[in-house]
Amino acid sequence: MPIAIFNSIEAGAIYALMALGVYLSFRILDFPDLTVDGSFVTGAAVAAVLIVGGVNPFIATAAAMLSGFLAGCLTGLLHTKGKINPLLSGILMMIALYSINLRIMGKSNIPLLSEETMMTKLTSFWKSLGIDEFLESMMPGFIPKTWGIIVLMLLLAFLFKFLIDWFLKTDIGLAIRAAGDNETMIRSFSANTDLLKVLGLGLSNALVALSGGLIAQYNGFSDVGMGIGMIVIGLASVIIGEAVFGAKTIMRATLAIIGGAILYRIIVTLALRVEFLDTGDMKLITALIVIGALVIPKLIENQRERQRRKRRMAEVSRNMMEKSGEQLAAAKTDS
Amino acid sequence: MVNSLLQLKQIHKVFNEGTADEKAALKNLNLHLAPGDFMTVIGSNGAGKSTLMNVISGKMIPDVGEVRIAESDVTFWKEHKRSELIGRVFQDPMAGTAPSMTIEENLAIAYTRTRRRGLKMGVAKNRRSFFQEKLEMLHLGLENRLQAKVGLLSGGERQALSLLMATFTEPKILLLDEHTAALDPSRAELITELTKTIVANFGLTTLMVTHNMQQALDLGNKLIMMDKGQIIMEATEEQKQGLTVTSLLEEFQRIRGEQLTNDQAILI
Repeated sequence: MPIAIFNSIEAGAIYALMALGVYLSFRILDFPDLTVDGSFVTGAAVAAVLIVGGVNPFIATAAAMLSGFLAGCLTGLLHTKGKINPLLSGILMMIALYSINLRIMGKSNIPLLSEETMMTKLTSFWKSLGIDEFLESMMPGFIPKTWGIIVLMLLLAFLFKFLIDWFLKTDIGLAIRAAGDNETMIRSFSANTDLLKVLGLGLSNALVALSGGLIAQYNGFSDVGMGIGMIVIGLASVIIGEAVFGAKTIMRATLAIIGGAILYRIIVTLALRVEFLDTGDMKLITALIVIGALVIPKLIENQRERQRRKRRMAEVSRNMMEKSGEQLAAAKTDS
Repeated sequence: MVNSLLQLKQIHKVFNEGTADEKAALKNLNLHLAPGDFMTVIGSNGAGKSTLMNVISGKMIPDVGEVRIAESDVTFWKEHKRSELIGRVFQDPMAGTAPSMTIEENLAIAYTRTRRRGLKMGVAKNRRSFFQEKLEMLHLGLENRLQAKVGLLSGGERQALSLLMATFTEPKILLLDEHTAALDPSRAELITELTKTIVANFGLTTLMVTHNMQQALDLGNKLIMMDKGQIIMEATEEQKQGLTVTSLLEEFQRIRGEQLTNDQAILI
């Protein structure tokens, strides 16, 4: 059981990159971008094909990121230059990418288990540091394969979190945020909203594809169907994170999303332990989690508001009683 | 012509051409603003005031005619490119600011209107004190709330901020599109006063559309009246001083030979 949780944190840290990408499009640009389902696999496909072809896995992962950036830019161009509705631009791109991903891979599944990947490289680098032995002596009985992946992937997630925090505060980042917030306004301040949206969607999908490339290396295969429902998982992470950890500022929100992505993995792992459920129910569980994360905070808020009103009502009526009592007393002394 | 900041030459604009709804929004319109001019534009609904604004701001391209700003022909410039030269305040107080961003972030966006946006921090220390100094001009205490989200401000405060954001980088042309129409009378009064001070402070060349005749008379040094896509009356500085709301209404009747539509807004 602890190992299962440990693994879900590992995977959660990698999926957090995808969730941060979804945050950029969905929250910052206010653009529900369904490209994610396709670009996640594009990242995986590009990384896998290059690694099998003997390219250094770090370069292969960077290439995966670039492929996602291009896919996102294309969605942006469809929307801004082609004037296609955001949802439809994403769907079109997603469906087009399905075929493109198959072309990139040449077949529907590429195994990576026998290949030298970023994960194997990072693990052997980590082993050379000797930290695993130290931690094992600290916590006897709890022996994961390695602490390397969890630590390094969390570091990577936080690196990108801080990069996003910083970027969204720069002049160009502010303009991107304004493009998602009030387009009329930002256009009147000489910003090319088309360009900003294309750039924003490119960056968003670059993160998604990076996540896809890493997941392929983590799971040991790239599969053409691995992106199905990815956007919902991303949204689930964003929404759970915001509901649980809050999203007052950008820095807080990006932190919340990493938390949300990890939390989502843990919830799914726990749900699958219920005897009655099996892996085929994953998508249903995901949908239920998102619905829950959307509805429950509203219910809590309503409940609070009702109690606040009740309290206020009680206060007012008590004051009135006291007042009328005083008046009564005053009237009596008068007579 | 030299010494002209804004020039419109023979502008025509038709909507829904060739259909039953065809409407000539602007007909052979000519307009000229010298540096420092503050022109107010009045006219009933459908007179073409908004189309005039949109043609200048670049939101619409005229069918025929030329738009020149500061001596360059901007007729076919894209809206965002043109807004390097133009400051705009909209009628809707929500339109001119980004609600989920802070006051200082909004100001940073306005600050970079005439600059290239790169990877510099939007709100650096030196900029912040500059923003504070500018906000003090509004006398609304906003200089102490730099990190407040703009969505939390009242309509009047947001419009005051929009006005400041549109002006403090000293655009060549300032366009005010009924920017007090959506506010209650006391807030409208405040924004009108601020407009007066800010325009005078920065010496901005301004074009203001308004439904409020009294405001059109109180502000600015030139006035035009529009009807059915044309300028039907133009008052110079001296002529404008002698005008009153009643004389404006009479003038309209004399020119058009008909009663001004019983439009409540225009009689205020």
